[in-house]
Amino acid sequence: MNVHEYQAKALLREYGVEVPAGKLALTAEDALAAAREIGGTVVLKAQVHAGGRGKAGGIKLVRKPDEVREVAQAILGMRLTSPQTGPEGKLVRRLYVEAGTAIERELYLALLVDRATQKIALLASTEGGVEIEEVAAHTPEKILRVQIDPLVGLCDYQVRELGFGLGLGPKQVASLVTLMRGLYLLFREKDCSLAEINPLVVTGDSVLALDCKLGFDDNALYRHPEIRDLRDPDEEDPREREASQYDLSWVSLDGNIGCMVNGAGLAMATMDIIKLEGGTPANFLDVGGTADAERVGHAFRLILSDANVKGILVNIFGGIVLCDVVAEGIIQAARSVGVKVPMVVRLDGTNAPRGREMLSGSGLDITPAEGMQDAARKIVGAVQR
Amino acid sequence: MSILVNRDTKLLVQGMGRVGQLHTRLSLEFGTRVVAGVTPGKGGGEFDGVPLFNTVREATEKTGANASVVFVPPPGAADAILEAAAAGIELVVAITEGIPVQDMLRVRAALRGSCTRLVGPNCPGILAPAEKVRIGIAPYPIFRPGSVGVVSRSGTLTYEAVHQLSLLGIGQSTCLGIGGDSIPGMNFVDTLEEFERDPATQAVILIGEIGGSAEEAAAEFVAREMSKPVVAFIAGRTAPPGKRMGHAGAIISGGKGTAGEKIAALEKAGIRVADSPGQIGETLRRAAPDCR
Repeated sequence: MNVHEYQAKALLREYGVEVPAGKLALTAEDALAAAREIGGTVVLKAQVHAGGRGKAGGIKLVRKPDEVREVAQAILGMRLTSPQTGPEGKLVRRLYVEAGTAIERELYLALLVDRATQKIALLASTEGGVEIEEVAAHTPEKILRVQIDPLVGLCDYQVRELGFGLGLGPKQVASLVTLMRGLYLLFREKDCSLAEINPLVVTGDSVLALDCKLGFDDNALYRHPEIRDLRDPDEEDPREREASQYDLSWVSLDGNIGCMVNGAGLAMATMDIIKLEGGTPANFLDVGGTADAERVGHAFRLILSDANVKGILVNIFGGIVLCDVVAEGIIQAARSVGVKVPMVVRLDGTNAPRGREMLSGSGLDITPAEGMQDAARKIVGAVQR
Repeated sequence: MSILVNRDTKLLVQGMGRVGQLHTRLSLEFGTRVVAGVTPGKGGGEFDGVPLFNTVREATEKTGANASVVFVPPPGAADAILEAAAAGIELVVAITEGIPVQDMLRVRAALRGSCTRLVGPNCPGILAPAEKVRIGIAPYPIFRPGSVGVVSRSGTLTYEAVHQLSLLGIGQSTCLGIGGDSIPGMNFVDTLEEFERDPATQAVILIGEIGGSAEEAAAEFVAREMSKPVVAFIAGRTAPPGKRMGHAGAIISGGKGTAGEKIAALEKAGIRVADSPGQIGETLRRAAPDCR
């Protein structure tokens, strides 16, 4: 789960990490009031869950208070388009008004879970303000890396080594140590998956977080209701949001074949095989281990809420789930939802013959398939017809 | 023969709730020696003739259990794994999906240097047909004894591959799901090492997916260390970047962990990669025609 910059900065403040003064504004009037309160030069920052906001025109420096309202009006309500938003862009509904900062140097700093070493990694680079992937691709030698043993935690000496390695002076290093103590504690206590400060700016004797991106482990949200509350539904795909309410795992795609599959791996493989057969999947959907009539019904409704969908492929490998039970669920759901597009069903595994029999005897217009290759071929053919 | 488990495997089930009970029954049906169940507060009871205990330590002392399977829900799952390790259990298989990543980081750090091997979490477990050992949730009727080892990050894709093999008359030595999380216990390389050593295994199917770099590490290992044929399938060629595809670990992040990169690495190591998930069994048959 991701949060907005202003929410991330509130958490940083809570953990003693220095950030510039700032206030959230939902209207141009709010923005003006916030700018007056903060005083001096301010920066107006569009709050959307995407990077590349500056180049997209979503971040503006305003020196004169009487210009704040106009600039705020231009950003609020704009569709911000950056390489991270997709071509449709993101509607800006919230604005963060922040005190301007005198920047001497811009650095990059991030804590993340490193899958390869199974440790927490602290990354830093002298190339602040640049995407770390870009630095890694072109000048990997500029990235400094510290491995943190999760049982020991981040040690001050590791931060000192890093700070001097970045060319900071002694007082700046001391400031970095304080900042990192807070950031690491936040990372651990709130179950972050990523805490990225880019840029971290050097100003006088101190360092402070000018921009911040926090990502949280979805699996740990059960123990952080205060983080769960930061979720912004406007930033989520409406179908993904609805699917999560039914405990279905869903990702929207832009094709025309709706998929309903049990198991994440099989669901991905089903998308792949549709593509191999010349079709395009409309979604990823793992219905999980209990494909009963209710869940299948929710799944069908979600799939059919996408007007692009011209056919449905159901691919179930019955393991513990019995295929006859799944067949019953498909029949009931198809009747109650009223599926009007071609539907191909592949049932294999436990009690598959009985399940197939039930489907063919149901009177519903369902094309049975033998194996997933056959299923993909049939649905692609039906959609292209 | 098989890897990690054999006829001497005495299984303990942690978390004897509805799911734990169901799979205890299915494993007993298959012929697995399930010797104990552990749920704090249920000690002294029994389920289908399997005695229940309050702690893993007591269960192992009284029954000699040497493997455990964890069905405990996410908030207590990491603790359950550590409890099994502290009691000296050699093999812990965690089925639970949804364990917080940082819990797993601590578990992995705590297990370093211990005698406990962890499989999973978020996995279907282990099934060795000839040894009659079923640890986890795999549907045993689709398996048949034979010589192909299967290792996978996905449950249902494992069943898909096993089903295809069985239809071709090819059996399995051991099938092991390493799970779909980003911080797993045993990885591909650990499992391939075991398969290479196992006399019953003549060829291996590796089923990977987007996210992380475990497949690339496996490719390097196969090129360097393996004499047995390995074939592979990688799920997620059509997955969009930045989206978690069901599994916590199945995500292309920062442009890394794509199916294309993994397939290229595997092919460079001489591994045949099935284009289609419908051709996994057939690809194995072509690479190892003598396997039964």
